[in-house]
Amino acid sequence: MPTLTINGTEVTVDAGKSVLQACEQAGVDVPRFCYHERLSIAGNCRMCLVEMERSPKPIASCAMPAGDGMVIHTDTELVKKSREGVMEFMLLNHPLDCPICDQGGECELQDQSVAFGSGDGRFSENKRAVEDKNMGPLVATTMTRCIHCMRCIRFSDEIAGVEIMGAIGRGDHTEVVTYLDGLLDTELSGNVIDLCPVGALTSKPYAFTARSWELKRHPSIDVMDAVGSNIEVDTRDGAVMRVLPRLHEDINEEWISDKTRFAYDGLKKRRLDRPYVRKAGKFEEATWGEAFAAIKTGLKGAKGNEIAALVGDTADMESMFALKGLMNSLGSQRIEARQDGAALDAKIRASYLMNTGIKGIEDADYLLLIGCNPRSEAVMVNARIRKGTVKNGLKVGRIGAVADLTYTVEDFGDDASLVKAAKGGRHEISKALKAASKPMIIVGQAALAREDGAAILKMAHDLADKYCISEGWNGFNILHTAASRVGALDLGLTTEEGIKGLLKSAKTGDVKAMFLLGADEFDSSTLADTFTVYMGTHGDEGVKHADVILPGVTYTEKAGTYINTEGRVQQAEKASVAPGDAREDWTILRALSDIVGETLPYNTLSELRIALNEAVPETATLDTLPEADWSDFGTDGDIAKTPIVPIGGNFYQTNPIARASDVMAECVSVREGATEEATGTNG
Amino acid sequence: MSSLVASAKSLLLLEFMSAFWLSIKYMVAPKVTINYPYEKGPISPRFRGEHALRRYANGEERCIACKLCEAICPAQAITIEAEPRDDGSRRTTRYDIDMTKCIYCGFCQEACPVDAIVEGPNFEFATETRAELMYDKNKLLANGERWEREIAMNIAADAQYR
Repeated sequence: MPTLTINGTEVTVDAGKSVLQACEQAGVDVPRFCYHERLSIAGNCRMCLVEMERSPKPIASCAMPAGDGMVIHTDTELVKKSREGVMEFMLLNHPLDCPICDQGGECELQDQSVAFGSGDGRFSENKRAVEDKNMGPLVATTMTRCIHCMRCIRFSDEIAGVEIMGAIGRGDHTEVVTYLDGLLDTELSGNVIDLCPVGALTSKPYAFTARSWELKRHPSIDVMDAVGSNIEVDTRDGAVMRVLPRLHEDINEEWISDKTRFAYDGLKKRRLDRPYVRKAGKFEEATWGEAFAAIKTGLKGAKGNEIAALVGDTADMESMFALKGLMNSLGSQRIEARQDGAALDAKIRASYLMNTGIKGIEDADYLLLIGCNPRSEAVMVNARIRKGTVKNGLKVGRIGAVADLTYTVEDFGDDASLVKAAKGGRHEISKALKAASKPMIIVGQAALAREDGAAILKMAHDLADKYCISEGWNGFNILHTAASRVGALDLGLTTEEGIKGLLKSAKTGDVKAMFLLGADEFDSSTLADTFTVYMGTHGDEGVKHADVILPGVTYTEKAGTYINTEGRVQQAEKASVAPGDAREDWTILRALSDIVGETLPYNTLSELRIALNEAVPETATLDTLPEADWSDFGTDGDIAKTPIVPIGGNFYQTNPIARASDVMAECVSVREGATEEATGTNG
Repeated sequence: MSSLVASAKSLLLLEFMSAFWLSIKYMVAPKVTINYPYEKGPISPRFRGEHALRRYANGEERCIACKLCEAICPAQAITIEAEPRDDGSRRTTRYDIDMTKCIYCGFCQEACPVDAIVEGPNFEFATETRAELMYDKNKLLANGERWEREIAMNIAADAQYR
């Protein structure tokens, strides 16, 4: 542990820290552009120069390891002069077009030039101009502004794991490019916008629409996948202008996926903004009173369990709890949240959680993926696995379809019965699990949504029980794809028959009325003859055969509680204003309960949350990784020797909001074009 | 004694004479009133009157939607919305000034990096209805076209002091 003196104060830092980190620890601010704590050290911007005694020249503090007995000064004339010199060089070729630059107002170069820049330039030659690059539909480039910090290159190499960006040319001719003018083909591409200290890489969908100083910032939780990434929703005049990541070391660090960041334009398109009632096959605009009256008429003749409900993937705890209350007051227990038909068991919490936790992946030394593609199902989990492989030598094996996950994966085949073989002890998977000190398995929804899902769950349990459970380590993980899923399972929103059985009952007339709470991920044609009430946000699959539509609100328009795949409870703030007559889902259900069932016993959100805390005690503790008790779950059965079919659909369009988004649609079409080109056999 | 002086003054009509002299003086002196609106007083090149949005000589609008005027406006009278134009340049889709909120402080023209928004020499823009004082982009650009000659002269005259 070296001890060094910084501006006259002694500070002791961990071995291996840099002088810059030591300065931070001592509370001394050192300006920097290229240094970033989550990326490797480049040392190419030279802004962090400090003076070290007995050194003839100033040193780049980010690249200099802190040594014992170093004496560092950051407030001398030499340091001031070098910073001003470096800044002058930075601004030499910088276009100074701050008024038309989207980074203006939140630009590191702008801020630091106020501190270290001179009022006038001495450079009278022509500035260099660089051609803009095409990096796809998300990242806009103005490469003349680039100061060559190479953060974007290091990010795509190290964090995203796609070696597509690089610098070509030397000296004055240096250009940051994507190789062969290719697409920045990663689900994390939006993060280079945050990393870029200047306005060279900016957001294309956000281009010129707002300024950082006119935005209101609201902490929120992402619902595009089950990871529960912490996000900041920036609004102006009640409309969402952009979505940024919020730091959470245990979940998303400071990154978010492109779907999380750019699907927000779907919040304004194809929205249901008033109630509708179907009359003679056509939807007619209605008032809330007329819609409720239509529901009352429609529910006549349906008793108890003849009324069923389906819960969608983006629902919050509050609306699911209110739906459960309403259904129970109508005498029905038939509420189903597993739209994909996954054989999850709501009784034992450990059976449907990511018990190791996302941060726990960094500690593991062997990981077995069973029927799951974290790169498309949970981008942040994939980034964490990659971090584990890079930082901790994590080895990854897979049972399931082959897909590029940006790190080396040992494939054992996609036959589901391999899970049984792995448990046996003679298979190479068993040997790998046995050899590891902290092994973990991640079971995906693709494996559980099969006919023999319950048997696979049981076998995965036995496998984990045999190899992955030790003192203080639970290596059994379920990776969910729906933000609402863990919460729904905590509320016990499952049925014996599952979604297939429910839809079959709807056809036979066993289910006479169906409530859909934003449920769009199933084939709704089976509900053609059933009285269907759709409560949701977008005109998507669920409204096709609905009889009454009640307009709900999206995740940015309500204060909601969400439980992520780890079982971590998080709350989001209301950020934007709902369109037209749309209301928060739980208030709709509360108002409806007055008319069709017993009045629900809460009138405010806080009363609802108190009731929710009583029903699900886990929701009372916010933002902690729960420890679920390990016990027996799953059902014994035969596992068919058939391949695990990966979850259908593409990464960019997995929910109604993303499907309504033009930006996401463009991402899909650009990628389809890219793969077509890559074959070289067409066109 | 004092009564004697007072009597002499009144006998000699001294007060009357001084008042009469004043009248004669002003009768022949140049007039300070002007025949407004047919005649107008001079105004400074720095006069802050009605707003205008200017164009470059080639007809391209100057405003680049940087929103600095909106940010600096102490009365929050300016509303701007922007998006990329078809050619990819940054332009406003909406530029509104609420002239009933405006306090004519001139901060907007000081903040403008491209001399797009200016307060011109026109002060005769009274309207019959309140709604007419909600200026939009078209109105402001039309003002700019109408007053461009005067505005350009004023800016040139004031340039040496900046």
